[in-house]
Amino acid sequence: MSRIETDTVFVRRDFLEPEAPPPSLGGIPGWVRKNLFSSPFNIAISLSMLLLLAWALPPLIRWLFIDAVWTGTNREACLPKNGETVGACWAFVNAKLAQFTFGSYPADQRWRPSLVMIVFFVGLAWVAIPRMPWRRQAVWLMLTAFPVATFWLLYGGLGLPIVETSNWGGLLVTLVVAITGIVASLPLGILLALGRRSKLPFIKIVSVVFIEVWRGVPLITVLFMASVMLPLFLPTGVNFDKLLRALIGVALFTGAYMAETIRGGLQAIPKGQFEGAASLGLGYWQSMRLIILPQALKIVIPGIVNSFISLFKDTSLVMIIGLYDLLGSIQRNFSDANWSTPSIAPTGLIFAAAVFWVFCFSMSRYSMYMERKLNTGRKR
Amino acid sequence: MTLRDKTADETPRSWLRAVLYDATIRGWVFQGLVLLFIILFALWVIHNTAANLRAANIPFGFDFLNMRAGFDISQKPIDYTLDSSHAQAFKVGLLNTIIVSVLGIILATIIGFIVGISRLSSNWLLARAATVYVETLRNIPLLLQLLFWYKAVLSVLPGPRQGLMLPFSINLSNRGLTMPRPIVGEGFGLVMWALLVAVVAAWALARWARRRQAATGQSFPVIRASLGIVIGLPLVVFLILGAPLTFELPELKGFNFVGGMVVHPELTAMLLGISLYTATFIAETVRAGILAVSSGQSEAAFSLGLRPSQTMRLIVVPQAMRVIIPPLTSQYLNLTKNSSLALAIGYPDLVAVFAGSTLNITGHAIEVIAITMAVYLALSLITAALMNWFNARVALVER
Amino acid sequence: MRSNTLKTLLLGAAFVGAGAVAASAGTLDEVKAKGFVQCGVNGAGLAGFGAPDDAGNWTGLDVDACRAVAAAVFGDPSKVKFTGLSAKERFTALQSKEIDMLARNSTNTMSRDTQLGITFTGTNYYDGQGFMVKKALGVSSAKDLNGASVCVQSGTTTELNLADYFKSNGMTFNAVVFEKQEEADAAYDAGRCDAYTTDASGLYSIRLKMTNPDDSIVLPEIISKEPLGPAVRQGDDQWESIVRWTHYAMLIAEEFGVTQANVDEMKKSENPEVQRLLGVGEGVDFGTPIGLNKDWAYNVIKGVGNYGESFERNVGEGSPLKIARGLNALWSKGGLQYAPPIR
Repeated sequence: MSRIETDTVFVRRDFLEPEAPPPSLGGIPGWVRKNLFSSPFNIAISLSMLLLLAWALPPLIRWLFIDAVWTGTNREACLPKNGETVGACWAFVNAKLAQFTFGSYPADQRWRPSLVMIVFFVGLAWVAIPRMPWRRQAVWLMLTAFPVATFWLLYGGLGLPIVETSNWGGLLVTLVVAITGIVASLPLGILLALGRRSKLPFIKIVSVVFIEVWRGVPLITVLFMASVMLPLFLPTGVNFDKLLRALIGVALFTGAYMAETIRGGLQAIPKGQFEGAASLGLGYWQSMRLIILPQALKIVIPGIVNSFISLFKDTSLVMIIGLYDLLGSIQRNFSDANWSTPSIAPTGLIFAAAVFWVFCFSMSRYSMYMERKLNTGRKR
Repeated sequence: MTLRDKTADETPRSWLRAVLYDATIRGWVFQGLVLLFIILFALWVIHNTAANLRAANIPFGFDFLNMRAGFDISQKPIDYTLDSSHAQAFKVGLLNTIIVSVLGIILATIIGFIVGISRLSSNWLLARAATVYVETLRNIPLLLQLLFWYKAVLSVLPGPRQGLMLPFSINLSNRGLTMPRPIVGEGFGLVMWALLVAVVAAWALARWARRRQAATGQSFPVIRASLGIVIGLPLVVFLILGAPLTFELPELKGFNFVGGMVVHPELTAMLLGISLYTATFIAETVRAGILAVSSGQSEAAFSLGLRPSQTMRLIVVPQAMRVIIPPLTSQYLNLTKNSSLALAIGYPDLVAVFAGSTLNITGHAIEVIAITMAVYLALSLITAALMNWFNARVALVER
Repeated sequence: MRSNTLKTLLLGAAFVGAGAVAASAGTLDEVKAKGFVQCGVNGAGLAGFGAPDDAGNWTGLDVDACRAVAAAVFGDPSKVKFTGLSAKERFTALQSKEIDMLARNSTNTMSRDTQLGITFTGTNYYDGQGFMVKKALGVSSAKDLNGASVCVQSGTTTELNLADYFKSNGMTFNAVVFEKQEEADAAYDAGRCDAYTTDASGLYSIRLKMTNPDDSIVLPEIISKEPLGPAVRQGDDQWESIVRWTHYAMLIAEEFGVTQANVDEMKKSENPEVQRLLGVGEGVDFGTPIGLNKDWAYNVIKGVGNYGESFERNVGEGSPLKIARGLNALWSKGGLQYAPPIR
């Protein structure tokens, strides 16, 4: 491309200064017009949304904060007196907070679950943040030493007084079920995923049947099976703890879902990787362990986090078989004669919802962050 | 070991070696071991169970299904009395599960599509509201939401005597939404036949219109015409026959309404909870599906002169469906399985009736749980098969 | 690597199998070996019968039955561990040896006693099913409940009795069935049902948890016999005797005025019945034949008191439930609680 420069042709050499947008498009009014009132249809939607907010928000805020009862030691505090409306009964949550967190874990031993929770969250953060030093070592510690130490701290023995699992409750049980479920389902999921992609026909059939059966039934029937049928499957006199039985059910159930997540990762590995591993003379297990799985598992981290989110929500189902997780112990306290007023049930449920929401929302954000990070990693 | 040894010697030892290191043989041996293990494990479990049952003196078998159930079920889509058998109770429970699942799937799909498209709306308020809805509800356990809705529904609704009277003898109270029940008179069967004929005719019309459009490019108002046929023909037959349909009106007698049809608050809470929860996942699926259709497609559609609504209906949605359907299938399956949480709020679904009352009354834990699991498995497989069939059709139309 | 795992598993299975054979000794020996009685109680917590407080300590009439057995075996009422069970789990838990005895307000019925592989050892509370309604309905008799919606817990004898009662009186009803008692309570409280039905004792305890306990009344009709009692596995006569006679010992103690407070003094009593109960005197030993010490009953009274004390403390005047003795008074006071003599 050549450019002819003469004085006779009027060609503008430099750009004009851009003019300011018309006042109706700039600033806040412009934004409002563009995003809320751009067409009759949009105007109608925006107005109805605003009406909805105006109708729903003020009473909600009144109930949650303004009319709420914050202090008190029994139901008297949350009973409507001389015609006043009473909002949320936060005093109830406040009084029962220790129970919602630990169940009926003995008060003088509550430092043990507290310690476990603190170590867990610190360890989790360590493992989750990509730039931490010794991250790999931290992962191994979290997967090996931490569970053993947790079991010892929570259950007792070796110098610590034993606390029966029937006394565990609240958030503690929710976390124990969710974390044990996910940790136990990982190896099971890997084996099943490899089995489903195996060339050995029988192994493949067994894996497919196992995965599809567990995925095809609701968790609640699995939990019923664990709580009612499992004792009959074992030799007379061999008994598992009730919590352990629920854990077995949850682990098998989650294992099937985990297998499908991991299979997705395995399928994303290019064929060349398998061939490359084979051409190096690696056997099946070697190539899986050294070449395929490390790549596949990295890809499915978001998927695993998503499985964990749904497992975390599903732990609330153990309430139905009589274990008192967070939701269960909150619900159990609805019938405490000291506190029973109309407002404690919605208050307790909203509190439980808030706790679950904080956990699940932050995990889903982390999963999205990992997804973005892994994507850029592969694009490069 | 060197190469020469391997080729020269034909000793039994190298034979053994060849057999031991043969991948196929190893594979079969390995599979044999796994099979053996599974068989041994199954035998062990069966042996234990049999021993336990014998020790506890519990008979094993399915005879209990024919015994008198003796308990009441609040929602009875088919005939069921106290003298019905457990098998009949099972059918009632199964039908209730199917009712709540089908209604839930329809509602969740409608809400999910609306919310999913709303999230992509240019209207800031609408998009934000849809996002807040999705991010809030999908991060809270369904069980908790069901408990919440049940309590909310019950606390909002008045007692039966103070119930909200609506037109057509419809009444809304905490005993449910009572409505007149249609009772078909003589000759109503003809109306049904007319409806069937009209549906076939509408289908034939749609085929003909599509062929004509493909051949000549002329379009035909298929939807309006079909609606006219489907509604008009049965209506004409109905009127000719002298309107053979009466309504049984619900009456407030004593404590409750007697007669009519009732939608119980349990069903309402179930539908609210399960469809609002599943809709969040469907919305995400729909959003992802629409985003997966490249913007060039809609730009091309606009340049052809299609209106935005036509672009959405004719260009974007058909292509997005290809991406949407597989995850949608698993959401439908999840909804069906989640309907088992009904037992927490007293909706008489399969798990509540059969794995609840029947199990506790008869004590046949193994049989009852096995049947229940088999039913859900079958429902899952059927739903998956139907959706796969639909998916294959969509994929074919695509090409 | 894989086949090694297999071997380990098979060995493990064989080992567990062997363990089961060894474990088929009597329940008493097992209990003594592990050092505590594992007792199944109401997991949802039924105030007065079996409920944990905030610190996880169980109290109640059924809980006392368990503690009394622990006292008889070990001389220490605290050597007991509780397993909270749902209505669905309770009998399986006993059948599968998860628990040694069940004291979970369970009704003794013929089919349960004969077909489930369990045996009821007695009746620690004579109960009957009743109805609770909202006062505002103006209902004074269960016969007026025609057409009512009734909240009930699933899988209990209650659910069946309810149906039988309405059927035999030619009335219709609409059952709203809940898996858990808490759910049923809450639904009744919210006005979903006109009436709530369960054992009369339970009605009083549940009424206390209502938002406004005074808004509900318990109707006078008792529509069924509900003898609630502890149960053990079938086929272990020794253990069955221990649980049965522990209850009798508490009754006999009440009959002869032996209380937790005066049991030590009573050891000096000249009354031969009391002497036989407390194992006092030459050759008086009723404990050894059932595998216990001769002062087994003394330990029971010392540990949990007599039946009357336990009743008053948990469900009677000394408790929020304030249930009258009624059928549960001693036979000598017009009730049904009657123990065979120790002789």
